[in-house]
Amino acid sequence: MATAEAENEVITTADGVPLKESLKKALWQRKKTALLLVAPLFLFVLITFLIPIFDMLIRSVDNSIAGEQFPRVVVEIRDWDLDSTELPDEATFQALIEDFKVGAEEKTISRLGRRLNYEKSGMSGLFRKTARKIEKLESPESATAAMIDIDKKWGNIETWRLIKRESGKFSSSYYLAAFDAEKNSDGSFSMKSEDQQVYISLFWRTIRLSFTITFLTIILGYPVAYLLSTVKTKTSNMLIILVLLPFWTSLLVRTSSWIALLQKEGVINDILVGIGILSDDNRLAMIHNEAGTVIAMTHILLPFMVLPLFSVMKTIPPSWVRAARSMGATPFTAFWRIYLPNTVAGIGAGGILVFILAIGYYITPALVGGTKGTLISNFIAYHISTSLNWGLAAALGTILLLLVLALYILYDKVVGINNMKLG
Amino acid sequence: MALPIHASLSERIWHYTFLTICVLIFAFLIFPILIILPLSFNAQPFFSFTSEMLQLQPEAFTTKWYEEFLTSRNWQGAVRNSFIIAVFSTIISTFLGTLAALGLSRPDFPFKTTIMGLLISPMVVPLIISAAGMFFFYSRIGLQGTHVGVILAHAALATPFVVITVTATLTGFDHSLTRAAASLGSSPTHTFFHITVPLILPGVISGGLFAFITSFDEVVVVLFVGSYNQRTIPWQMFSGIREQISPTIMAVATILILISVSLLVFLELMRRRTERLRGITPH
Repeated sequence: MATAEAENEVITTADGVPLKESLKKALWQRKKTALLLVAPLFLFVLITFLIPIFDMLIRSVDNSIAGEQFPRVVVEIRDWDLDSTELPDEATFQALIEDFKVGAEEKTISRLGRRLNYEKSGMSGLFRKTARKIEKLESPESATAAMIDIDKKWGNIETWRLIKRESGKFSSSYYLAAFDAEKNSDGSFSMKSEDQQVYISLFWRTIRLSFTITFLTIILGYPVAYLLSTVKTKTSNMLIILVLLPFWTSLLVRTSSWIALLQKEGVINDILVGIGILSDDNRLAMIHNEAGTVIAMTHILLPFMVLPLFSVMKTIPPSWVRAARSMGATPFTAFWRIYLPNTVAGIGAGGILVFILAIGYYITPALVGGTKGTLISNFIAYHISTSLNWGLAAALGTILLLLVLALYILYDKVVGINNMKLG
Repeated sequence: MALPIHASLSERIWHYTFLTICVLIFAFLIFPILIILPLSFNAQPFFSFTSEMLQLQPEAFTTKWYEEFLTSRNWQGAVRNSFIIAVFSTIISTFLGTLAALGLSRPDFPFKTTIMGLLISPMVVPLIISAAGMFFFYSRIGLQGTHVGVILAHAALATPFVVITVTATLTGFDHSLTRAAASLGSSPTHTFFHITVPLILPGVISGGLFAFITSFDEVVVVLFVGSYNQRTIPWQMFSGIREQISPTIMAVATILILISVSLLVFLELMRRRTERLRGITPH
């Protein structure tokens, strides 16, 4: 590009303006065709993929439900101070009654109750009870007294502090929950008590298991890739099928075969009992725990390690190690000082790739991980389909996404995204 | 890898130890796949070998799990859905991906790295995140739990594979061929269909194959974006393993392994053919 432009300039000075303009026009025409060819796919990916991801990012901070269900309360409560020791004024309680009447009629108010229940248990029940009783309430003398009469939690200052804190359009509470932190009633943050912490240890477990799996794939992949790169091409073409066959086999097939192999009444335990290493009531628990996740995922991700290592090792001439040996290096020194440093790029490429794949894995841990061997992705799935806390699922997803993007930038620095190869 | 004649004893010992280690690792890779085959003929509804099977008694083996696969409504629906979803998403992704690859490989494409990065992002983002985002957004617009939703989602996931494969084919593309056609009076459309298409067709076919497999093998997104009516074979296997373990899953797994073996053979034959053809082309 740069040289083309430089040439244009030269030609322009020698030959006059028209040529420059017509060249520019022609170049623009070509650019336009190229852009037009890419545009349909770009639009398609934008709508079917990029906007959904963006939607998830928004959802992780979205708190518009407060404004939708409590339109009057969020206005009235603006003047009320979080540090105040008194309940909000009568007007706020009036607004509360009106919002509840509308919300109870449309049967949508319980959603806000569920939302606030994530912050403080008991809120969901309070909202359901209030919604039931609000219809019979007819213009009371004191709205405050009437509401406290329905449930005395409305007279509790903590309830109002919670409503005040979560009255904005956006909320950081899902991220706080994702880091096991919570907002105190005065608006400051603190960590949850140890026994309530879930996600920090989950993130650590995900990273620890991904490291273990990456390490194991390097240990197992290195000898195989070395063998493949040193045997005759004909033999390596045959042997690489043994690596490619698992690579091409459905993920669920491989996971279910590991269930067959590892379970208590499974093949490996049967063999160990059969040859007398284990007694029948002493069978190993290799599945529905961390070991199950690590073994099955190492097997599933091993080809992703072998293939990049193999492609790097193929380019190392065997004469380098021979030269080192001929100059007196021991086999170990020749390997350690000559061969290994030349394969570091392959280890880096394969390692980061396996780590990225492991950290976001869902299916295998869900099937063989039990409760101890599940990863962060399993909790995302749990919050989407079981607990229905979509905001927390979105926050956890966003954190995982940022982690993976950081790793990809690293991958790009080590190998270059454009050098990514398939199969 | 052959051992030289002058190798010392310790070198010999190391050499054979190394080979043993490699054999063990290969066994680790391939054994879990081979074990499926005999288990799918187990007469007992277990995921394990019975002692009768080990004694090779004929009544310990059965083909009833294959019959169940062929007759059960759940599995039949899964097979149909898998093919419908994979075929349509392959058509969409191959068409859009090939067009984009043609544009991207033009020498003067602006913001190439950024756009390429965005286009291959569905391959980069972990599936659970794509599934979560698509689930949220598709529920908003009413595509969650529809065939269209799953097809669009799978097409989005598959396009990077098409873009990458076709772009790779186009890097070796000789642009003077199209210029030659133009200089001989061929219209751009005629040149495209008679010069460009036949030359990039192998890339398009293998890109389409990748797209088909991506959709056929995908389970995370279909679990969230789809529902029972969109169940595919992997969906059915996943819920089968979770709910009631039956060797039908092993039978399905065997069939899937046979499919992937034949695909592997097909791709290898394609590769050899290309190599042979390249060998005889002048230059």
